[in-house]
Amino acid sequence: MSIEVRGVTKSYGDFVALDDVSVSIPTGRLTALLGPSGGGKSTLLRIIAGLETADGGQVEIEGTDATALPPQRRNVGFVFQHYAAFKHMSVEKNVAFGLEIRKRPKAEVKRRVHELLELVHLEQFAKRLPSQLSGGQRQRMALARALAVEPSVLLLDEPFGALDAKVRKELRDWLRRLHDEVHVTTVFVTHDQEEALEVADEIVVINQGRIEQIGSPEDLYDEPANDFVMGFLGEVTTLDHHLVRPHDIQVRTTPADGGVAGTVARVLRVGFEVRIFVRPEGAADDGTDVVVTMTRTFARSLGLEVGTRVWLSPEQGARRVPVVGAPTVPGDQPVDAVKV
Amino acid sequence: MADTRLIRRRRGPVTLVLRVAVVVYLFLLVAWPVSLVFDRAFRASGPHEGGVGAFLERLGDPAAVYAFNLTLTVALYAVIANTVFGVGISLLLVRYRFVGRRVLSVLVDLPLSVSPVVVGLALVLAYSSTTGWLGGTLQSVGFQVIFSTPGLVLATAFVSLPLVVREVVPVLEEIGTEAEQAARSLGANGRQVFWRITLPSIKWALVYGVVLTTARSLGEFGAVKIVSSGAEFRGETATLFVHNHYQNFDEPAAYAVAMVLVLVSVVALAVVTYVRPREERA
Repeated sequence: MSIEVRGVTKSYGDFVALDDVSVSIPTGRLTALLGPSGGGKSTLLRIIAGLETADGGQVEIEGTDATALPPQRRNVGFVFQHYAAFKHMSVEKNVAFGLEIRKRPKAEVKRRVHELLELVHLEQFAKRLPSQLSGGQRQRMALARALAVEPSVLLLDEPFGALDAKVRKELRDWLRRLHDEVHVTTVFVTHDQEEALEVADEIVVINQGRIEQIGSPEDLYDEPANDFVMGFLGEVTTLDHHLVRPHDIQVRTTPADGGVAGTVARVLRVGFEVRIFVRPEGAADDGTDVVVTMTRTFARSLGLEVGTRVWLSPEQGARRVPVVGAPTVPGDQPVDAVKV
Repeated sequence: MADTRLIRRRRGPVTLVLRVAVVVYLFLLVAWPVSLVFDRAFRASGPHEGGVGAFLERLGDPAAVYAFNLTLTVALYAVIANTVFGVGISLLLVRYRFVGRRVLSVLVDLPLSVSPVVVGLALVLAYSSTTGWLGGTLQSVGFQVIFSTPGLVLATAFVSLPLVVREVVPVLEEIGTEAEQAARSLGANGRQVFWRITLPSIKWALVYGVVLTTARSLGEFGAVKIVSSGAEFRGETATLFVHNHYQNFDEPAAYAVAMVLVLVSVVALAVVTYVRPREERA
């Protein structure tokens, strides 16, 4: 294991950012720390980097206890959300910074900087100032700068958070490919479940200072440990007091055994998919309609429109997670439904 | 393209009235009186000759040369002290949270609001060999503060203390700590972070602050008047020279030196305007 975090605690006044967190980050993999804002994931990353000190617990990097080491002695590369470019230095000087601090020979610095700029596709911008680069280019420069010192781990704090959607998607793919090339142990923080699912080998879900679940993207999506993880990774809807993925619901237009009867309240078409909102019989119009997603073709074949009576049941083998706080006997009282 | 966030597009009668009023005000208050000093420096009056030759001769007078030398020396030390401490205080105020931070911030601003004469009196009380215990102690080891150059430096440094701090603090706040943290994670120690990252980032603000400090130091009068013996060749700075010669009806010499002081201020302002846009571009 490349990074070993044991029992780390951190509070800011009354606010508990991390509550006895332990996690192992595997060597050479791309791990995502995923969770909602303020959940403690950035704090954990900064503690690993030494930019923040934990109130208690231990951090081990590559087998050495780093808990008391200052950031400059941990040999980690850190990439910030807002690039943290050295504004007064050219792109190549930015990338060379760590090497020059380490007093490497000039020729070696030059060669290495050239290599790295090639790796991040910024060769032609070597002489420019960071202010002359776009956001995506700046972040690639920051990555090259962090990689220059050959860190044992690369830490990225919401690296694409400040970029627009299109660039973010491009950089995400690019990071994945870069990692396949460089193989440095990488941890990145994100609140975007799609980003985590798409890029990471392993995802650590953090919420309210605690780890909810650790696993591969498939594990987390298919076998969420609880309703939080299920709700955070992908869309969910409440059917019969259970959280279900909207695409895991079977819709029939004829009565079916054990199916929940209802009427279609709204039909929404988004690109290739159709979302229908079904109001179960006897339920009020309080935003707790069951959402079902399906392809346009399927919706058409069923002839679904507002007012159609349908019967809903979860698909065979679909993951269902009981709603926390739901009554054990269905239908007794209103249900705390999770809104989509 | 005009920046519409700052500049009004529409021009009406109000704009015109405002413009005329401001120009008249500035002319009557600043431009006209100052230009008279320029004029007087070269004009003949009574028994005194006019012209550039006479002007240079007055500046070449040993007493005037001594006064300029003293002023420059004092300004140099004051500027060095305030640059070093100004950067230190700014870092302390922006990067650290500690008990008494607000008090420190107010203390730094104090020299702007306290009359320089009071500053002079306070320094005399604290450092003179007769009233202050510290002054006495320093005197006994052969170091005289009041009525000597160190006193002049102290007084000048006191009144110009906030200028560097007030320029550097907002820039430090704006640049934040991320670049410094990035440098740290890349292996730089505290000293390297300061010299390679922090200092270059605040460079222009610092230059601006130093220019202002220099201008203020060269022109300081009130505080200097109290802590200096103020006699010719004995602690007479340029401003004191102007004052003394004016009082002794040697007006041409006073105007000549005054004009040099004005000229230095104008040059300082020119430097500032040259520096400013660069700072904004960064």
